[in-house]
Amino acid sequence: MTNENETLSEVYQKRTFWERNRMSDGYLLKKVIWNVFIKICRALLLFGMCFMILQPIIYKICISFMAEEDLYNSIVIYIPEHFTLANYKLAADFMSFGESLRNTIIISLTVALLQIAMCTLVGYGFARFNFPLKKVLFACVILVIVIPPQTISTALYLHFRYFDIAGIFKALTGNAINLRDSVLPYYLMSAGCMGLKSGLYIFLMRQFFRNVPKELEEAAYVDGCGILKTFIRIMLPEAKPILTSCFLFSFVWQWTDIFYSKTFLGNIKLLSRQLSMIGDRLNAYVKTTLGDAGGASLAYTKCIVSTGTLMVIVPLFILYMFAQKGFVESISNTGIKM
Amino acid sequence: MRRQRKLRGLERRKVISGYMFTLPFTLGFLIFMIRPLFQSLYMSFSNVDVSAGGFKIIFAGLENYKRAFTIDIEFNRLLTEEILRMCINTPAIIVFSFFSALVLNQKFKGRGFVRAIFFLPVILSSGVILGVEYNNSLLAGMQEMIAKSDTGTSITGAIQDILVTSGVGTRAFRIVFDIVDGIYDVAVSSGIQIIIFLSGLQTIPSSMYEAADIEGCTAWEKLWKITFPMISPLFLVNWVYTIVDFCMRSDNQVMEKIREEMVVQINYGFSSAMAWVYFLIVILIIGITSFIISKGVYYYDE
Repeated sequence: MTNENETLSEVYQKRTFWERNRMSDGYLLKKVIWNVFIKICRALLLFGMCFMILQPIIYKICISFMAEEDLYNSIVIYIPEHFTLANYKLAADFMSFGESLRNTIIISLTVALLQIAMCTLVGYGFARFNFPLKKVLFACVILVIVIPPQTISTALYLHFRYFDIAGIFKALTGNAINLRDSVLPYYLMSAGCMGLKSGLYIFLMRQFFRNVPKELEEAAYVDGCGILKTFIRIMLPEAKPILTSCFLFSFVWQWTDIFYSKTFLGNIKLLSRQLSMIGDRLNAYVKTTLGDAGGASLAYTKCIVSTGTLMVIVPLFILYMFAQKGFVESISNTGIKM
Repeated sequence: MRRQRKLRGLERRKVISGYMFTLPFTLGFLIFMIRPLFQSLYMSFSNVDVSAGGFKIIFAGLENYKRAFTIDIEFNRLLTEEILRMCINTPAIIVFSFFSALVLNQKFKGRGFVRAIFFLPVILSSGVILGVEYNNSLLAGMQEMIAKSDTGTSITGAIQDILVTSGVGTRAFRIVFDIVDGIYDVAVSSGIQIIIFLSGLQTIPSSMYEAADIEGCTAWEKLWKITFPMISPLFLVNWVYTIVDFCMRSDNQVMEKIREEMVVQINYGFSSAMAWVYFLIVILIIGITSFIISKGVYYYDE
């Protein structure tokens, strides 16, 4: 006997799973099994993918703690037998870690800030104002994204090696200025939106600003806000997620960048450059200091290179752990229309 | 009348501020892009003689291009290898990132964690870290030898053996197996693409799916009839981005050769010529493929 006060759903809830299954001619059971099957498949797939991505890092961590003899021991695979920190000491020595780290932090931070500040301005300009030649200029942005920097690197290299503005310096001192050994050219390029992946940031900013409702701005104009003030007071706070994302990407890519650092930041000790030379340094070290004419063995080189790589990415990893939301969630949840 | 003039004032102010906002880009583009671009184009047709006080550019016609294609022993091989790798990897990356984005967009336990791992390569496999293993030439050579002499069996190897001996479509299978073997490469380089797809998936109004549910659509139909057309513009964006990204990767051997020629050999003319050849081929590929893709792209707003 069902109580009259009970609603229909409560009646439904009281039925057992099998009763409900019978009522639906077995459809319910099929559906539940199918859902569980999909869930298991997805979990397996994701686990496999995650493992595949993480495995090289885990492997690097493992061998970075191994003493040299463990590397040749075929029984030792993941867990080091002779736990040692010597590799880290050696790698830090080869990279002059303290100095490089400081330089890298300073350069990455300043360049990223400059780059994002400029790209935000430009992106906003493209998104919100109509002016003649806008389409042509935007096509240029696409061109900047598409042209590999290597194509113009030769010319830029010479340009900064013998820097001159309309022959003024040559007339004054008899020699052009060599800007190649200074940081200035790279800052100038970043300020001119020609730095590392600047085109991409402009593009993302533009797509973001295009989706912000126009009414926000119009209300500000009606209330007597100027264009610049509107941008700073209304639009920038709105753009916080994309700003953080772009800033973090810029910072991280600058940190690991090798092309621009090699071409323009020649004599500043940066982690990325130091890391690329670590193998040769180790070889030289083994040959001269340890007196082994054969040089460093393959396994040992691999071990030291892995250790160095870990040391370079650990700061980034820590940053990623704390700012994971800023990196990914913000950009993928804003729903930028392309 | 007065009102109209005032509006024109605002319009004019907007035009001016439009120029002001984009000024950094315009300046940078003119100084750091247009000028070097033409200069390097000119240099590719000439020999650059660097001396103590400056540099001289001596016009040499097509000599550098001839040298790249006919005399230099590596260039042709590296070029075809890299472009072939690009043609195989790019579609693989697009497909992989599309389906990863679909999975990562579903709701399940630990989604944040899995997402974090999927995007880890964006940071950890960029720039120098990707290429560091290749930087020691001795090491690279020995690794190749070890890989060749390595008789350890892999699952894909075993399946490949079975399928190849059965004699069906050997060539087609080889490409598939190359992709499967290189799945790590693919996964590592599809971080940004997944982010772009995810952000696109967010823009699809959920009312569309609800309507489809009521009409009795299956998940499969929803995927191809709603999701796919709605984010099809992103395929174009990702396609271009992937190709461009591929050109700038630090383990790209053509780029490595160009840089080597420039910095170590100090042969500016020759390196510019090679860079231009590569750039033109890539532009051609991007142009043709994006034209084809843009035919199939569906824009919801218009």
